[in-house]
Amino acid sequence: MSATAALETRGLCKNFGALRVANAIDFRLEQGARHALIGPNGAGKTTFVNLVTGAIRPNDGRILLEGSDITGLSQAQRVKRGLVRTFQITTLFRGLTVLENVLLALGERLGYAGNLYRPAGSRREVIEEAFALLGRLGIADEAPRLVREVAYGRQRLVEIAVALGLNPKVLLLDEPAAGVPSAESGTIIEMIERLPPEIAVLIIEHDMDLVFRLARRITVMVQGGVLVEGTPAEIAADPRVRQVYLGEREPA
Amino acid sequence: MTDAAERLSVPSIVDAFARRHRLRWPEALPWVIGVGGFFVFPDYLALGAQVLATILFALSVDLVLGYAGIVTLGQAAFFGTGAYVAGLLAVHGWGEPITSLLIAAAAAALVGLVNGAIILRTHGLTLLMLTLVVDRTLEEAANKATSITGGADGLSGMQVSPVLGFSFDLYGRTAYLYCLGALFVCWLIARRIVHSPFGRSLTGIRENVQRMHAIGSPVFWRRLTVYTISAAFAGVSGALIAETTQFVGLGTLSFERSGEILIMLILGGVGRLYGAFIGVPLYMILQDRFAEVDPVYWYFWIGLLLVLVVVFARGGAFGLIDRAARWLGRNR
Repeated sequence: MSATAALETRGLCKNFGALRVANAIDFRLEQGARHALIGPNGAGKTTFVNLVTGAIRPNDGRILLEGSDITGLSQAQRVKRGLVRTFQITTLFRGLTVLENVLLALGERLGYAGNLYRPAGSRREVIEEAFALLGRLGIADEAPRLVREVAYGRQRLVEIAVALGLNPKVLLLDEPAAGVPSAESGTIIEMIERLPPEIAVLIIEHDMDLVFRLARRITVMVQGGVLVEGTPAEIAADPRVRQVYLGEREPA
Repeated sequence: MTDAAERLSVPSIVDAFARRHRLRWPEALPWVIGVGGFFVFPDYLALGAQVLATILFALSVDLVLGYAGIVTLGQAAFFGTGAYVAGLLAVHGWGEPITSLLIAAAAAALVGLVNGAIILRTHGLTLLMLTLVVDRTLEEAANKATSITGGADGLSGMQVSPVLGFSFDLYGRTAYLYCLGALFVCWLIARRIVHSPFGRSLTGIRENVQRMHAIGSPVFWRRLTVYTISAAFAGVSGALIAETTQFVGLGTLSFERSGEILIMLILGGVGRLYGAFIGVPLYMILQDRFAEVDPVYWYFWIGLLLVLVVVFARGGAFGLIDRAARWLGRNR
């Protein structure tokens, strides 16, 4: 284990009324990790992502990004420090072009998004960077099209492109292949495999093929808490995991 | 990569994107009509000045509603603030119209900033109701403060000085050109904003606020900024009406005015900067026609038309023009 984790939570708790949806979660995401978070429906995976990104506030516990406490920071401030997420349900600017979806992210990263005067189209180098990013994900030909007119599987790649435009240090992929037919999910897996190794990636996923192909470590969540963490082989062999989760659907 | 990707080289996309903020010739159309109207309809210039000021009001709504996606029923709060500030200045000896306009804009912006800082923390229906509450509160305050505002009788006795040496005449010539000039300047500013990165980020907020948060955008501050700018525009619009009619009534703050301007904008088309330019004249012409045909229930026909637009012609008159253009393009 390296000295500082890319992302760490300590005793993270969240209650919705009497319901405890995050139960003292201790979690470590190492530098450059390929880590998967799995668990049955309602285990609290998405709640965990929302807590970490700052969409909701924890009742107790701390969140550390590269060793510094970000528990009190706003969602936007966390993004500025390199904590970036994607969404399980495609969350893009559907009425804008694919290129502009990425450009909005670049504008925020480079800090010119609040500029009221200089036209958005006048920053040639930024537009070229956005285009190059789309090229790396194999969707450059979609650049001038409106997101809502792009095939769903490729929208999932735009989802990742927008996140990568923010130069993440930690990338949380919330079911990156959700809703994509299995014939197309291969492309998405391939793109995730090709992500720069220095980015620490946490994948929240239901698709076991994807998890066992991509992850080097797996954390299993049940009822708002961590059940077990280990390598894919350990998780696949763990009887508790088989009982609560994999039992429903035997891994190949 | 596919063939399409090879054909779409980087520069072509960059160029298309870079050209978007440049002026295109149809954009000159409102100003050609505006200046032409001055010569063609010399008897209607007083009415024309009202139309121009109202277009500015609708433009202010378009900035918040069409770009940032903030649905407001209280825009008259800023319109009325501008009108009363300009009115009070003129009553109390400060009749110079252009400085009054700027002071009115600043006052309306301040009202927008202060109440926006509170109510923009809410969303959706709550926000809609709060915009309404702010408007009704100001209206009632103006109603009660009779010693300052004249209450329900309105504010009269305004002494407006000539604008750049031209006094306001009976035919509305000065008023018309004055309003046209003010609208032009505000349109230039609005256009600049809409095409700026800030304006694009507002569109992002309208399209998907959740993603804007996730890309690190300070959504609250962006919304507050545009709300304040929009309030200033509405304030200028109110001040223009006050200065050119030399009267300010409680109606400038009324909820009906907030609602009516929304209808005008929806008829013209929301979120495209030019919806205001079509919607306001269209509404006024229709109102005139309907009132002639059916003097009692004319508002019913406006309502029916609004329903038809919302159901069948999303995007208003502009949406229809778009569709017609696309249809022509396909059949060429």
